[in-house]
Amino acid sequence: MPEHEIVGAEELKDTSDHDKIAIETSGAVGEVLLEVDHVTLRFGGVVALNDVNFDIRRGEILGLIGPNGAGKTTCFNAMTGVYTPTEGTIRFKDQEIAGTKPHRINHLGIARTFQNIRLFPEMSALENVMVGCDARHKTSVLGVLFRAYRVRPSEGELPKSGIRRSFAKVFGISRHTLEERAGRRRSMELLRFVGIADRAHEVARNLPYGYQRRLEIARALATEPELICLDEPAAGFNPAEKEDLMGLIRRIRDLGHTVLVIEHDMKLVLGVTDRIVVLEFGQKIAEGTPEEVARNPKVIAAYLGEPDDAA
Amino acid sequence: MSQILDSYRGLQLGNRWDRAPKWFRTVALLLVVAFAFYLPFLNILPFAYIRTDLNPTGSDWASVLFLIVVYMIAAVGLNVVIGFAGLLDLGYVGFYALGAYSVALFGSPSSPVVQALQSRFDLSEEWAVPFVMCIPIAIAMSLTAGVILGAPTLRLRGDYLAIVTLGFGEIIRITARNLDNVTGGAAGITQVPVPPGPEIDGRSFFNTIDAERWYWLALVILILIVWLASRLEHSRVGRAWLAIREDEDAAAVMGVAGFKFKLWAFAIGASVGGLAGLLFGSKQQYVEPNAFMLNLSFLFVAMVVIGGSGNIVGVLVGAFLLTYLPERFRELQEWRPFAFGLALVLVMVLRPQGLVPSRRRAAEIEDRRHEAEEAAADA
Ligand SMILES: Nc1ncnc2c1ncn2[C@@H]1O[C@H](COP(=O)(O)OP(=O)(O)OP(=O)(O)O)[C@@H](O)[C@H]1O
Ligand SMILES: [Mg+2]
Repeated sequence: MPEHEIVGAEELKDTSDHDKIAIETSGAVGEVLLEVDHVTLRFGGVVALNDVNFDIRRGEILGLIGPNGAGKTTCFNAMTGVYTPTEGTIRFKDQEIAGTKPHRINHLGIARTFQNIRLFPEMSALENVMVGCDARHKTSVLGVLFRAYRVRPSEGELPKSGIRRSFAKVFGISRHTLEERAGRRRSMELLRFVGIADRAHEVARNLPYGYQRRLEIARALATEPELICLDEPAAGFNPAEKEDLMGLIRRIRDLGHTVLVIEHDMKLVLGVTDRIVVLEFGQKIAEGTPEEVARNPKVIAAYLGEPDDAA
Repeated sequence: MSQILDSYRGLQLGNRWDRAPKWFRTVALLLVVAFAFYLPFLNILPFAYIRTDLNPTGSDWASVLFLIVVYMIAAVGLNVVIGFAGLLDLGYVGFYALGAYSVALFGSPSSPVVQALQSRFDLSEEWAVPFVMCIPIAIAMSLTAGVILGAPTLRLRGDYLAIVTLGFGEIIRITARNLDNVTGGAAGITQVPVPPGPEIDGRSFFNTIDAERWYWLALVILILIVWLASRLEHSRVGRAWLAIREDEDAAAVMGVAGFKFKLWAFAIGASVGGLAGLLFGSKQQYVEPNAFMLNLSFLFVAMVVIGGSGNIVGVLVGAFLLTYLPERFRELQEWRPFAFGLALVLVMVLRPQGLVPSRRRAAEIEDRRHEAEEAAADA
């Protein structure tokens, strides 16, 4: 596949088709999806997480908030296999995942974005998302080399005319080719979904900041996660962009994903989440609906004097 | 020098090539391939000046071409490891030697291994494993060595791999020299088999005189390997390697099995190196440990780096220059190390991304330079 294929005009139209990127989920809304079970995580003397305990339920948008250094990002790292909890465990769909390798956890169905953006800087936006899509693809290295696994193509997948068409009719099309095409299409769809399809073929490092943040989300969505964890997705955004992002988070949930979001902006958190967990100094100090949390004196005390948008 | 480079850059050959119509690219490619096949007979002046056998002391032109192509195969294989996956392998000669020794040990009637098999199974003294069977054996041997070497070391980060592979390259050679009753020791193994073919003029098709046939065979294999390598590059595998190179932790969180893909790169590189070694050993019909000195490893790495790590065309250019130039200018023999060192320094100073760089690799090097400058400014 040439990496610099020009986007067709039709590809640019901003009509994301939700059916094409919605994921299949295997459980009922409201059941426990992920369980953080009395997790403690120490770095030498620093206790980053202290006996933290909470659930994420399928289909909800859960907010994780707390002052700087409260341990929110560390909590993400523990959930995605970057760190192993010192004590306690984490279960995802009733399966223990504490200590599992990051890529395996991703295959189980958890994806994340990074607080300090970590895209693949020299890949185009589209390729960044395609790496995410590859997580669900089955073609092996030998499959790529020899293309021996053939699939009988449907009418729509056949080349328009000529020898190639007859060839594909007789020998089928390799699974690699079909997956590559599907990944490309889905990636484009996802870029459109997060609203950055107009610069799909630009190298990630040249994208404006807001695009990079959205690209991180698209890349995470591409791995078809049942749970997507967003680490301060609105950091550095202006109010209008934050408003947009709230809409995006809701639409992500509508696709079938469960969302866990870390955010400092109280207005955004209270506006978009179903439930909120509050951390302070590595400990959970409150949990409940946005209204409950907003009224909680401990939370008010913890946030007193905190600037809204501390980086 | 840098002016030359600038005007070369101004041509934008890479972009033009990408934008050229498909029929043009196909025709151009076919012409290049056809010309490559014709090269041994090149006799039209002034082009014939590129031949290496213009004076009586020169090397046989077709044999030089053969060696160039064998080294090109090795360089394309090493490029999978260094250029695609970003792993520094300093012991590539080890796999090359394994390939050559495999075909010698199993295919030569005078090798200790074959003789042991002969007496064990009451076989005739001429019996040996047929050449065609030696190919999978050679590939399997080098691949297995690659996996055994890679499995423990690829989990480590940083420069361990370079050190371990460096040791591996030497270990293979030293083992070959010292295991007298298996490898024939320093004396090596003779009667290495050649590919089958029709007999012409009472000689077997692949013989020591008609070197151009060897060259054509190697060329066919090279084309096949280049084709497979570019398949890898433009696929999920190539993307995974690139992602690992750019940010291994982020890639892992996105579901890229880093270790698995690195091991694949290593294994693929090893098998291609083995295949190149097999061709070399078979053409020589003689294999000995001193043909696999460590500096051959460095030569392979230099081909990849000077040519343009990550770019298959670049790597082919690198392999060509580093093999051809010393042969063409044989009379300047004693200047060879000096010229080599000078060329290396010049390329690293003027064009660190290689002569024909991969666009991405060039950008990565530029990024690192900025990072280093920022770090220096911070300090
Ligand atoms: N790898 C590490 N080694 C040592 N200490 C760490 C490490 N990672 C995090 N910490 C410490 O753990 C604590 C929690 O950090 P964490 O990054 O989880 O906070 P946070 O809630 O995400 O804060 P912020 O809002 O600034 O992103 C901090 O005191 C931090 O210094
Ligand atoms: Mg954080």
